Amino acid sequence: MSETTAREAGAGTQERGFAGRLLSGLVRVREVSILIVLVGLALYFQAVNGAFLSQQNLLSLAQFAVPYVVIASALCLLLICGEIDLSVGQSFAFAPIVMYLAYDKLFLVLPLAVVVGLLAVAVVGLINGLITVYLGVSSLITTLGMFFLLAGLNVTLTGGFPAITPETSTITQVLGEYAWAGTIWTLLIIAVLQLVLARTRWGLHTYATGGNPLGSREAGVSIARIKIGNFILCGVLGGFVGIIEAFRIQSIDPLAGGPDIVLLCIASAVIGGTALLGGVGTVTGAFLGALVLTILRNGFTLQGISAYTFNIILGIAILIAMILNVYVARLRGAGRA
Amino acid sequence: MENGSDFLRVEGVVKNFGAVSVLKGVDLHVREGEVLGLIGDNGAGKSTLLKTITGFHRPDEGRILLEGEEVTLRTVSQARSLGIQTVYQDLALINELSVFHNMFLNGEMTVGPFLNNRKMKEKTSQYLEDMGVNIPSIDTEVARLSGGQRQAIAVARAVYSDAKMLLLDEPLAAMGAKEGALILDLIQRLKEERGIPMILIVHNYAQVFDVCDRVNLLRNGRIEYDKPVAESSVEELTELVVSEYRKARETGNGG
Repeated sequence: MSETTAREAGAGTQERGFAGRLLSGLVRVREVSILIVLVGLALYFQAVNGAFLSQQNLLSLAQFAVPYVVIASALCLLLICGEIDLSVGQSFAFAPIVMYLAYDKLFLVLPLAVVVGLLAVAVVGLINGLITVYLGVSSLITTLGMFFLLAGLNVTLTGGFPAITPETSTITQVLGEYAWAGTIWTLLIIAVLQLVLARTRWGLHTYATGGNPLGSREAGVSIARIKIGNFILCGVLGGFVGIIEAFRIQSIDPLAGGPDIVLLCIASAVIGGTALLGGVGTVTGAFLGALVLTILRNGFTLQGISAYTFNIILGIAILIAMILNVYVARLRGAGRA
Repeated sequence: MENGSDFLRVEGVVKNFGAVSVLKGVDLHVREGEVLGLIGDNGAGKSTLLKTITGFHRPDEGRILLEGEEVTLRTVSQARSLGIQTVYQDLALINELSVFHNMFLNGEMTVGPFLNNRKMKEKTSQYLEDMGVNIPSIDTEVARLSGGQRQAIAVARAVYSDAKMLLLDEPLAAMGAKEGALILDLIQRLKEERGIPMILIVHNYAQVFDVCDRVNLLRNGRIEYDKPVAESSVEELTELVVSEYRKARETGNGG
């Protein structure tokens, strides 16, 4: 359906106001179309298996979605400003490990240990940003290096064995042990992120930086600050949701940050309408994209369909989303002439 | 010369990009209320010179004085806060953003931490109306606008930002005749009503004589010609540029 909208926008050269509004509405339309896909999937899975919308399955759906939604939303800002972070999945595993070591080996109180864990991933984001912005290494390569570096560190620091989270207290409840804690945190985080992106100077400059880096610099936008800031944000949120996940499953897994998680989150953002080349995207889109993937996987599991089928469908979904993105980009290019 | 009345003074500015020396010691000045036309061949370094004055490039040597005081311009934002506003050749517009967000890019109006979109829209409509520019909707992404409309937005953005000095890099490049006349009128008005000093890079020499008080030729990394327009002519300027080309052809090497 966004395709017809795009075509109309392309044809309406005379009525620029109308066409322009349609084009600028395209991203929103994309969100609506994903929402429709999402509802359709939910209805389908409910029809074939009555347990899908049961309270218990909704909870496990929500819990499963938490890391993907948060990381996809954080990645979304970074993608919009024209960069990518392949290491965020490893930050997801790294933050709880550092937290655990600070608590268990340095005997810090838990809140302080959490802060140390978050600081560690903030530094990871900072290093990603500095190398990318000031040394001119493509973020794809910078964060690929960081991915392996952290993967190695995670295993080395833990000796390769999962650790058990600190014993239950109010703090551990708030940080993920309470069944809905992760979901509440997630909703809070995406609300704030969407507000930042759509309503603040930071958000506007994030779009500007990805849309036209040179023009942004000429206008005095500090694109280095925007990019590094979004790298840090991505690392910190990835780490934070890693801590939440660790408390939920009460285990700190050095292997939690494998390539699957970051690739699925990039897929979520892209399906949600984020342009990999920057300048376009919304947190809401990334959120819906992540939900669609979660529902697909959960629904298939309920039906007993294998993970292989899930991958085939995921692959097709990404290809369709990317083709749509190219199509929209071409339209934009035409508008420039 | 009359140092006291100079708004901007550029002294001995040198700028190299690696082994390529673009500016080799530029001396230039703009008096209060004066419009300076800057001409020169493609690649002469006009844009580089402008970007040095806006804080985009930092000069390797030389100094820049604003109202008699030496300034070190580290960033574009800093130059802007000193009142130097620029319309770049590439316009520095963000295609993905709306007209009003482009109009206030990096000078956004806010309420607390949030953008004041309503106020920015109001102001944008007002500015464009003042300028006589017709744009279908200020919510439109600038990607959807014509070259002239885009140029008008870039000019409006610089003009309506409490500029104390305007630098315009080929402001008429993508303009139709009507839109071009509109921008020239605007420049004339700014000069007469607000006395804003300007540097104007132009390719069309006739336009130099329409609005400029003085004309400078940038060649071989230096200002090689400096005359009030009253003592110059289109023919002289054309001859100046063409003679160089002839000389180069006769001696058989690209001077």
